[in-house]
Amino acid sequence: MVSTQLCTFSVDDLLFGVEVTQVQEVLRYQPMTRIPLAPDRIRGLINLRGQIVTAIDLRSCLGFPARTDGELPMNVVIRGVDSSVSLLVDSIGDVIEVSEDSFESPPSTMKPAQRNLIQGICKLPGKLLLVLAPERVLGMTQSDARARAGELVA
Amino acid sequence: MIDEILQEFLMESRESLDQLDRELVALEGDPRNNARLASIFRAVHTIKGTAGFFQFAKLESVAHVGENLLSRLRDGVIVLETTRTSVLLAMVDAIRVLLSQIEISEAEGEGEYGALIEALTHTLTDETLSQAAALLSGDKPAPAVPPALPQPFVKLPSTPPASVAPPAPAAGMRSASPKPHTSLNAAPKAALVAAPTAAHAADKRAAEPAHEPEAASTERTNVDPRIRVDVRLLDRLMNLVGELVLARNQLLQHASGSADTALVSTCQGLNLITTELQEGVMKTRMQPIENVWNRFPRVVRDLSQLCGKQVRLEMEGGTTELDKTIIEAIGDPLTHLVRNSIDHGIEAPEKRAAAGKAAVGTLRLRAFHEGGRVNIEISDDGHGIDAERVKARALERGLITSERARALSESEVYALLFLAGFSTAEKVSNISGRGVGLDVVKSNIERLGGSVDIDSEPGRGTTFRIRIPLTLAIIPALVIGSAGERFAIPQVNLVELVRIDIEQARTLIERIHGVPVYRLRGNLLALVELANVLELRQGDQPRDLNMIVLQADDRQFGLLVDDIFDTEEIVVKPLGRELKSLHTYAGATIMGDGRVALILDVAGLAERAGVGNAERRIARDSAAQRERRDVPVSVEQLLLFRSGSSMRMAIPLSAVARLEEFARSRVELVGGEEVVQYRGEILPLVHLSELFGQPRGENDMLQVLVHASGERNVGFVVESIEDVIQQEIVSSRRGGRPGTLGSAVIQGKVTEILDAAAVRGLLGG
Repeated sequence: MVSTQLCTFSVDDLLFGVEVTQVQEVLRYQPMTRIPLAPDRIRGLINLRGQIVTAIDLRSCLGFPARTDGELPMNVVIRGVDSSVSLLVDSIGDVIEVSEDSFESPPSTMKPAQRNLIQGICKLPGKLLLVLAPERVLGMTQSDARARAGELVA
Repeated sequence: MIDEILQEFLMESRESLDQLDRELVALEGDPRNNARLASIFRAVHTIKGTAGFFQFAKLESVAHVGENLLSRLRDGVIVLETTRTSVLLAMVDAIRVLLSQIEISEAEGEGEYGALIEALTHTLTDETLSQAAALLSGDKPAPAVPPALPQPFVKLPSTPPASVAPPAPAAGMRSASPKPHTSLNAAPKAALVAAPTAAHAADKRAAEPAHEPEAASTERTNVDPRIRVDVRLLDRLMNLVGELVLARNQLLQHASGSADTALVSTCQGLNLITTELQEGVMKTRMQPIENVWNRFPRVVRDLSQLCGKQVRLEMEGGTTELDKTIIEAIGDPLTHLVRNSIDHGIEAPEKRAAAGKAAVGTLRLRAFHEGGRVNIEISDDGHGIDAERVKARALERGLITSERARALSESEVYALLFLAGFSTAEKVSNISGRGVGLDVVKSNIERLGGSVDIDSEPGRGTTFRIRIPLTLAIIPALVIGSAGERFAIPQVNLVELVRIDIEQARTLIERIHGVPVYRLRGNLLALVELANVLELRQGDQPRDLNMIVLQADDRQFGLLVDDIFDTEEIVVKPLGRELKSLHTYAGATIMGDGRVALILDVAGLAERAGVGNAERRIARDSAAQRERRDVPVSVEQLLLFRSGSSMRMAIPLSAVARLEEFARSRVELVGGEEVVQYRGEILPLVHLSELFGQPRGENDMLQVLVHASGERNVGFVVESIEDVIQQEIVSSRRGGRPGTLGSAVIQGKVTEILDAAAVRGLLGG
């Protein structure tokens, strides 16, 4: 039985997880510099001890309504290929250990755009945990930015 | 382990090859230089030996025949002439191809070198030399030989591993440990055709032992004072220093409001150390420009032979240093210009003789520092640029209209050469003239934050002048604000700052089909509001306007922003991949308060705002107008100084009676006013930094500009005196904060001009 450790967090009313090995660190709210013309998913730039990190809003990626003004997002910083990115989430949960055998694929009735971001679903007692594929979230924002740039050129 | 040795071999061999290129060309001009010949022989021998060790049969056999030829040359049996040099250079190329094959696949690849080996074999005796020449001309000196040619590929026995030279750590060391050789006939140092005047230190050592054997032997015992460092480590250090600079800026900002003197002085210590460290680390990344130039003797030789021209290459200032990234990026544009000069600039020997010039043309490369930038000049003594022909060509290509052609000034005509799709070569050669040309050179140089212009004298020659910054990692930038956001604009794009107040805005900003334009000294300048372009805000609101005149490529436009803050040295950080597609930003930086600010890409911004061809014309027109001095401008001497740590200011020299230095202890307080006794009178002191809302300097000696006006003198205390310069000041410039006449770009930096009378007014004096 293969088990894996997941760092959990919640977005809207759902519980998500990312493999701990992919997580660089977890931070409370950080002030952000907004990037005009960037797609909505990209919320801004964060100064992480001198490293500039792009913040991506998971709410927007997953198609949830935007945060109300008072709510401050938390950061889950994911190690990228050559730089890190931060996923903006509502709150941070525990690190839990789950067996990969209990993973199931997301229901085919989910919208393909969102379904694509989910690597698998883990059945916890009383709750479902959606395991996120961070690289696909990144891929999504990249193609997004390209599409937008294309639009502008055309 | 094997991999490491192989890597070492590849790296070393590549260094040797570059050196071989240079030395062979130098040797051709001075065939009797036995020391040089011996050093070439050694390099080829080492490659052959190591190739045998790794059992690279093709590489070994190519190097082996080359070595045979070199050893006969060294023994004086035969003499080096053009065919032999070309064959040897072809051998160097073949080795280069083989090495890159090995690097990619760890195998020698499919290439066959039979014809090359045959050619090399033929050159071994004078009798068969003509056959080699025939082989060479039938087939260009390219390494990969068409399979149609006869291929007596000789498989040679492997050299025993015992002959493998131990991997020498650096090229310099290798040449410093020569084998003893007997023929010490000092060769006359004749004018070397296409030889570098500023030879690399390693070359010198390689060339010298024949003349000074003692010096060489002492040198051998010395340890090389250089070490080889992984560039990635240097890049990391550079990043860390960048962060240290940011942390320092943040700390200074904090400390400036503090009353704790110990903290303030510690911060100042840190400030100095950080600056020195930054300079030191930047220096480690600096490389002499001759690293790029080294390829030119070979390029010039090959090309001049191909064109049937005789060209002597002169190089000056090869030790001028530039950041590694710039060195890497400047190579191609420079090569292009060198080729261009030989192909288009320098005439064939007969033509030169007919014009009363020496048959051998001169191509001159010159590099030098000037005002924090590096200038590179490429000049030839060819026929110069025929302005009429350029105009005719531009007309023919539909690049300009005939009315415009008549109105063009000389420098504008030359600027046409940089337009895309322009070529004056009568026939398209395979060297240049295929339409991909100077426009690419120009845009490559501009991408580095540099500029290029042409100077030409008909019949006398042409000079291309390139100006590039020393480094790209830390740049001066203007920090501005728009709709509550901060942005940095690289200083290289800045032309001038203009402030327009509300009343003026109505009359000065006019609209053509809803597009705002501004009359800047008689020329129309397209206006772009930053907040609109970046979709931060729609529509414009009536308020005072800050206009920044920006130059991107060859277009000029005015950018309207809400606030202009300060100029700062910023550390450029790249944006993540997810933002690469946004062309409006060149990167990001971290400001003193720890927040991130985006760096605007002026060219990208212009593109997005749709600033196009019309503005290019305006940019050229206004440049030409400035040249023709149609606009009233006054040339005045300015005294440049710093007030506070960051503010750069200037004052007309005529407003300064003298410069003085007072010890802080001489300052006395009279009625809350600081004064010093000066030439029998009382001189009130005004701290300019304080006046402009900056902390007062802590120096023990006060630098004072004595301003005389009417009866009473006033002393302006400044941080430091920088320079006295002659600068055109456009007399109509207005705006700026109280106490200043406005700002201007002086020596590439935004500088505020102090209004001495207004300052006195502010003081109520």
